[in-house]
Amino acid sequence: MADSYLPLIPLLPAAGALLNGVAGVRFFGKRAAAAVACSTMAAAFVLSVAAFVELLRRPADAREITVTVAAWVPPLALETARGIGTFAVDWALRLDPLSALMILVVSGIGFLIHVYSVAYMAAESDGAYARYFCYLNLFCFFMLTLVLGSNFLVMFVGWEGVGLCSYLLIGYWYEKKSASDAGKKAFIVNRIGDFGFMLGMFLVFYTFGTLDFRAVQDMAPAVAAAAGTGVLATICLLLFVGATGKSAQIPLYVWLPDAMEGPTPVSALIHAATMVTAGVYMVCRNAVLFSQAPDVMMVVALIGVLTALMAASIGLVQNDIKRVLAYSTVSQLGYMFLATGVGAFAAAAFHLMTHAFFKALLFLGSGSVIHGMGGEQDMRRMGALKRYLPVTYATMMVGMLAIAGVPPFSGFFSKDEILYRAFLGHKVIWVLAVITAGMTAFYMFRLVAMTFLGAYRGPAFPGADAHGGHPAHGHDDHAGHGHGAWHGPHESPRMMTVPLILLAAGAVVAGFVGIPAALGGANRIEHFLAPSFEPRGAVHAAATAPSDEAATSASHGEGSAAVERAAATAAPEGTHEAPHLSTAGELGLMAFSVVVALTGIAVGRRLYVQQPGAADRLAERVPLAYRTLLNKYWIDELYHATVVRGTLLLARVSWRFDALVVDGAVNGSGWTTRFSAWVSGLIDQYIVDGLVNGTGATLREASLGFRRMQTGLVQTYALLMMIGVFALVSAYLVLR
Amino acid sequence: MTPITPAHYLVLSAALFSIGLIGVLVRRNLIVIFMSIELMLNAVNINLVAFSQQWQHVVGQVFALFVVAVAAAEAAIGLGIILAFYRNKETVNVDEITLMRW
Repeated sequence: MADSYLPLIPLLPAAGALLNGVAGVRFFGKRAAAAVACSTMAAAFVLSVAAFVELLRRPADAREITVTVAAWVPPLALETARGIGTFAVDWALRLDPLSALMILVVSGIGFLIHVYSVAYMAAESDGAYARYFCYLNLFCFFMLTLVLGSNFLVMFVGWEGVGLCSYLLIGYWYEKKSASDAGKKAFIVNRIGDFGFMLGMFLVFYTFGTLDFRAVQDMAPAVAAAAGTGVLATICLLLFVGATGKSAQIPLYVWLPDAMEGPTPVSALIHAATMVTAGVYMVCRNAVLFSQAPDVMMVVALIGVLTALMAASIGLVQNDIKRVLAYSTVSQLGYMFLATGVGAFAAAAFHLMTHAFFKALLFLGSGSVIHGMGGEQDMRRMGALKRYLPVTYATMMVGMLAIAGVPPFSGFFSKDEILYRAFLGHKVIWVLAVITAGMTAFYMFRLVAMTFLGAYRGPAFPGADAHGGHPAHGHDDHAGHGHGAWHGPHESPRMMTVPLILLAAGAVVAGFVGIPAALGGANRIEHFLAPSFEPRGAVHAAATAPSDEAATSASHGEGSAAVERAAATAAPEGTHEAPHLSTAGELGLMAFSVVVALTGIAVGRRLYVQQPGAADRLAERVPLAYRTLLNKYWIDELYHATVVRGTLLLARVSWRFDALVVDGAVNGSGWTTRFSAWVSGLIDQYIVDGLVNGTGATLREASLGFRRMQTGLVQTYALLMMIGVFALVSAYLVLR
Repeated sequence: MTPITPAHYLVLSAALFSIGLIGVLVRRNLIVIFMSIELMLNAVNINLVAFSQQWQHVVGQVFALFVVAVAAAEAAIGLGIILAFYRNKETVNVDEITLMRW
């Protein structure tokens, strides 16, 4: 059943992109372009839901549907680690719990953002509008291909495609230099990561002889036992390099904050909810591989937590509303990698999903604020917008509470799961993660406070006083008025607020699928996702485990411990024996993280609401720290000084080398030829010709004497003749 | 009176030849040189006729006639050349005729 429509899920947005790209840019009005884009996304979402439901109906060990759409690479003989293998790749899609979750997120949130964009981008001209929706649909096509791809190569197509769309959409306002520069930066930084991905992919084929995810997962334990973990560690490390590029981790995160040059819905969809999570998805997809390489897992966890901490600290002091969210995204992605690094793949995917809801919500909310403020992004020129944008305020408040990890919002469950697993994994990492959580709560509250609370600090507008009384005066009557003459902050049209409300609802309830056992839940999502993270042999064991555990134990760690035990039996040197805490300890941890979050919010409230100006005084007291954070640790400057300058220097040195040595050699050989030709010419002219001429000249000189005898005087000749005759006759007479 | 012997003829012929030879060598006028050559030719003729008379054989006289004929032809050609030359150079002085030099 799902076989028939699964390929349509990515292909529908592709069709929309094709239609808008080929015909829309020239001929469609705004209404038609938006209708094409939104309807294809809506259809993709409906199909995704259908596929998800169908998957849920199946027994846990049969939740895997593979559809081969077409043959792609015909079988080729290629060398692998175990002799000559066959390299054959199909356009194959696979629906399993992890990809089912992802297509729901991508198509669902993608659809809402499409709808939001209809109003947000209304000020663009018709052609640019269609171009925007063409890119957006194309992005969804590639993203769905990425998550549905059943092998590395199909995933890589999506991987590169989303990178392309990201570049196109960051540089959507390409007339603006900063936007086109940011697009190029994103593209180039991503290439570095993609390079790692490709090398990893090559090594996967060389090691396993196949690129199919399922086949690789099933073989991984055996390969690890046979070939040792070194090669698997190398593969994982290379793949993780790819993930750091796409998911903006240290050291390749620098492109994401700049990517905020794109339209805000793009930031929400690509640079918060979906594309940047592709790296996390990829690591989760290769969970079995990573589980075989504990050292790499440690690296992943460390990079994740350091990125989370660093980005959160930068986010503390940024003043651009979108930049705060961008650093927040980097930080949350760090959380997800931290989760994968400590083996909590399900928690990573869970956080990925909840983050998609609340971060898309926050970005769209900031877009609504920017729209209401007529393009202003600096939070220092906002304030008190609660009165003018009540819906945006309420939804963003929900988003803030969710990301801060306040129960019962979704972020609480996913973040707490990660913190819990980090606590079990490594205490130092847990401490750093908790500090990050506190910072997150602080800067997110700071964002809300600076934007919506306090005193209005924005530009003056006509009728400011009259406006204040009834903030939500019917804006729907001029919905889509664009960014023409700005007449004071105002709520966004319904096309924008409805997606906000839906996302806010999602941000509230999305966590309920993962209520941990300690709180009386069943942590459904972890059991649902477990088959995606195990070799096929372990799936059966894992599938039966939850029901047993649910009956006998209320302890949180049991379910996953059973899963890991199952994995451990399949992979002898795989995962360690999972430690777990008592229910009381777990509840204590939970309470502690909630306290940390609330403390962060309280500090933010004290600094930005109760005592306005306290934050500035604090900044003055520690100027070095403040400036370090404000300037983002000077990482961009460092990269510019080392990588960019280094590349330019290398180019210049190469150029000089080319000009001097290579050209010198060519010119030198030419010069040598010319010189030797000149010498040969001289030899020919002076020696060879000299010999010839010398002969002639010698003869001529020698003939000078004889020539004198030819006087021309007849009488002389006659005299000589006579003398001769006399001589001869005399000789005859004498000698006779 | 002593009879005329071949020796007399030979002395006469030798003298005549010598005069012609000296004329050819010392005179600068082409016409005179030409005439000197005629003298030398006729000295030869005297020799031929003298020996023809001594040996009572006619061949010598025939040859003398040939020489006269050749001399006549030579005189015609030579004078023609001299006349043509004179027209060109307005001189018959052999010192000024050096065209045969290299």
